[in-house]
Amino acid sequence: MKKIKKIKIRLNGKIKSIIYDYKLLDLLKHHKIALNKVAIELNEEIIDKKKVNKIKLKKNDKIEIVHFIGGG
Amino acid sequence: MVNLKKDNFIIANKKFSSRLIVGTGKYKNMMECAKAIKLSGAEIVTVAVRRVNISNKNKPLLMDYIDPKKITYLPNTAGCFNSKEALRTLRLAREIGGWKLVKLEVLGDKKNLFPDMIETLKSTEVLAKEGFRVMVYCNDDPLMAKRLENSGADAIMPLAAPIGSGLGIQNKINIQIIRKQTKLPLIIDAGLGQASDATIAMELGCDGVLVNTAIAKAKKPFDMAVAFKNAVIAGRQSYNSGRIDKILMGNPSSPSKGII
Repeated sequence: MKKIKKIKIRLNGKIKSIIYDYKLLDLLKHHKIALNKVAIELNEEIIDKKKVNKIKLKKNDKIEIVHFIGGG
Repeated sequence: MVNLKKDNFIIANKKFSSRLIVGTGKYKNMMECAKAIKLSGAEIVTVAVRRVNISNKNKPLLMDYIDPKKITYLPNTAGCFNSKEALRTLRLAREIGGWKLVKLEVLGDKKNLFPDMIETLKSTEVLAKEGFRVMVYCNDDPLMAKRLENSGADAIMPLAAPIGSGLGIQNKINIQIIRKQTKLPLIIDAGLGQASDATIAMELGCDGVLVNTAIAKAKKPFDMAVAFKNAVIAGRQSYNSGRIDKILMGNPSSPSKGII
């Protein structure tokens, strides 16, 4: 059996193991995140949400996904 | 009856009829928060930008309870202690769905939560240049308020007292000086404790008030939301009506002529 290559990324501060050729969109889908309710940073740069299907994740990528919550 | 409909509250070219802005934090749950907002009549609510909870996807979402199409979300930088963090937060907020109207709040001290005005001023300049419409939380200092205005702020939001303190307006003179010097919307932000504090703010000539803790942490948040709604309307009507001059001695209400 062929072994699936995995890489480690950091998602919202937590280390996650993902499949090697995962795209940012795959990650969002996996976590059931609605694109219209969030903003995404990849390695401290804001990502254009229209391009998430084109961005391939690399080893040690730092992803931050934020949304609105209650606050003063 | 006074026609309050003509007395619009305009921020960054947008018209609002309610002069009460409320925060969405510190409520027991989302349902309580949404109901209190409805009762308050507020059309603008402040919201925070935080990480999505990846491990618990069933957590209720703010947007499911408060419709951003009906209520204006005002992303806030609460919890930011320098310009870099505040700018990062608001750029992300804008990216969520085109939010340009934002509230800038850069704190300087974890205990008293007073704003760091140097970092606030720096951030206002950058944000205004990037096309944001910035409502700025600030100290009740007329000189700093002027500087913020010159840096491109869209609203001046001085504190009444420290955030969450419930102390009410501590420096009425400064608020009046700021009112006299600016045509920008002047909104009291932070430190109110009860409905009458909001009335006082409005009677000083402020254009609006922002309240969170005083409603959310009241023993009866729904009743307090209504009380604040009425207090803001009463204060505005009182201000627009032109109060009498203060005099030191008594002045009888009944005519002295014809006394038997």
